[in-house]
Amino acid sequence: MNVPTMAEMMAQGKQPEVLFWVGCAGSFDDRAKKITKAFVKILNKAKVDFAVLGTEESCTGDPAKRAGNEFLFQMQAMTNIEILNAYEVKKIVTACPHCFNTLKNEYPELGGTYEVVHHTELLKSLLDEGRLTIEGGKFKGKRITFHDPCYLGRANDVYEAPRELIQKLDVELVEMKRCKTNGLCCGAGGAQMFKEPEKGTKDINVERTEDALEVSPNIIATGCPFCNTMMTDGVKAKDKENEIEVLDIAELIANAEDL
Amino acid sequence: MNYIDNIVFAVLIFLGIGFFVKNIKKLTRNIKLGKHIDRTDNSNERWKNMAMVALGQSKMVKRPVAGILHILVYVGFIIINIEVVEIIIDGLFGTHRVLSFLGGIYNFLIGLFEILALLVLVAVIVFWLRRMVVRIPRFWNKEMKGFPKNDALNILYFEMVLMSLFLIMNATDVHFQSMNFGNPISQFLVPIFDGFSAESLHVIERVAWWLHIAGILVFLNYLYYSKHLHILLAFPNTYYANLNAKGKFNNLESVTNEVKLMMDPSADPFAAPVEDDNETPEKFGASDVTDLNWVQLMNAYTCTECGRCTSSCPANLTGKELSPRAIMMKTRDRLEEIGENINKNGKFVDDNKQLLNDYITPEEIWACTSCNACVEECPVNIDPLSIILDMRRYLVMEQSAASPELNMMMTNIENNGAPWQYNQMDRLNWKDE
Ligand code: SF4
Ligand code: SF4
Repeated sequence: MNVPTMAEMMAQGKQPEVLFWVGCAGSFDDRAKKITKAFVKILNKAKVDFAVLGTEESCTGDPAKRAGNEFLFQMQAMTNIEILNAYEVKKIVTACPHCFNTLKNEYPELGGTYEVVHHTELLKSLLDEGRLTIEGGKFKGKRITFHDPCYLGRANDVYEAPRELIQKLDVELVEMKRCKTNGLCCGAGGAQMFKEPEKGTKDINVERTEDALEVSPNIIATGCPFCNTMMTDGVKAKDKENEIEVLDIAELIANAEDL
Repeated sequence: MNYIDNIVFAVLIFLGIGFFVKNIKKLTRNIKLGKHIDRTDNSNERWKNMAMVALGQSKMVKRPVAGILHILVYVGFIIINIEVVEIIIDGLFGTHRVLSFLGGIYNFLIGLFEILALLVLVAVIVFWLRRMVVRIPRFWNKEMKGFPKNDALNILYFEMVLMSLFLIMNATDVHFQSMNFGNPISQFLVPIFDGFSAESLHVIERVAWWLHIAGILVFLNYLYYSKHLHILLAFPNTYYANLNAKGKFNNLESVTNEVKLMMDPSADPFAAPVEDDNETPEKFGASDVTDLNWVQLMNAYTCTECGRCTSSCPANLTGKELSPRAIMMKTRDRLEEIGENINKNGKFVDDNKQLLNDYITPEEIWACTSCNACVEECPVNIDPLSIILDMRRYLVMEQSAASPELNMMMTNIENNGAPWQYNQMDRLNWKDE
């Protein structure tokens, strides 16, 4: 797998077309690492000139900010901005809606202004430009439902890019009753991923998984590593892990062609 | 000559409007207790938002049944109130249906009002049924006990009575009925009054007339205490609403200054901090309503208590203590308490209470996933999430009161640049795995 770093690029006097911001989940979480690799395979196949920060990348500060720790958030942001600006980064792509939102919306005021896109948006434009072709392959005819990540959908109004990509796979896209602007959260946002839920009657990811089960999909597609974990756990809690797969859009595209 | 009626009427109007103005003054004073925030940019987009969301009710119709009925009541109520102009002139000058010289147009208008009155009546009855018979869950959450529940019902009864009075007033107006034009609804009420003497008809008509205008004035003054304040505040509230992407949380400027200082290699770490005796160091986040900004406080007064937010909140749907509607209601209750305190003492005298703990518990604050469903749902563009976030900021930055798990997450970010305990130097290991 070809994964150049910004440092290597710089040493060769090159500036990549786009920086791939991998994010903490994408770098360390075993499930999310698969998404990262699937996305890189597509980037390589489409001959996208990209690079990663590698060990120079650090948490965007999103979970700290949403937990209320503005200090820690801004420390992280300023450290990251210093590095991004030093490399004169213009465009960033990330497979994590939380990184996406923070980089896109909260970094500019702190001195970091970049064109930031979610990986589904980048894939969509590669498709439009004819640099990428998507075929159904092994997913042909399957029922797929898409769970809108809050920080992609409501937070940033990206609803169509992931859906258009799914439809290219010759599959049947089925919508849950709560979708798009009405989509229900998976339960991970706002730093909930890192704590036990408050006392209640049910786990949010189970409630959301039930929404998905209602439309009896073969696959639940997501565009967020945290949603992925939550939905995977939800499917397990419902004893459906043998029937339903939870996959990121990048994985759908990469797996369809056995990349 | 008998001027008593006119004088009584003038006094009634004067008192009704006078109290109303007093309440509005109290309201604006309380809202101004909030911190400054500049929302004067982009006035074009703001006007557009107001036109769409407040005037055009664009978010109401996302739930079509309630939305369409609500538009009926809203349009009906506004248009029928044009009639108040005539009532005021009649009342002050002792005329009767002074505008009837408009002839056909007048009767057409009154006819329209009658039809609208009937539609409003029907809509309000359906609203009542939805609340009390169908018992739609969002009207029965636990914050909807006591006054909030009665408040909603009071308004429905009020509108039922006002609309009925209007129709009765027309039905018993013999002269008006004799023209038999402009009475498409009230003509069917006439038979009820069959056999009544001209005198009793006149009395009924007068009583209905007086009650109608008195009712409107009482209603006007009930607003301040009620969720019905939204009929006024929906307009400024949508105008001043946040225009940024919903995912964007504000960056605290006071923090930016400190972080810059900390990260500036040329800053002398041992230099004494710049002392400014007049300034108390800024508090981070919010523990009381006066730490919130004025738009957040206006939000609290604008809340219609419709519960759309709560009925789509993932935390609330799964039985957690958090309800975004309750966040707004509690903010308003606390703000009212502070307002009363100022009314009584001339200025705020510490009452050893605050929004945090006395009204909103940390348990509620921590249950939020920041999913923005509440913000998306709100028909008048209220942002409960911003209040939750400001209270989290207080809990974490002023009180270090995050749970051990969250503290662990933050320590990890601080030490190794990820919320988990992995070494930053291993960030690219996935490439070769
Ligand atoms: S942002 Fe928080 S309060 Fe609002 S709906 Fe989501 S979880 Fe509930
Ligand atoms: S905040 Fe908005 S959605 Fe929630 S109860 Fe109030 S008016 Fe309704």
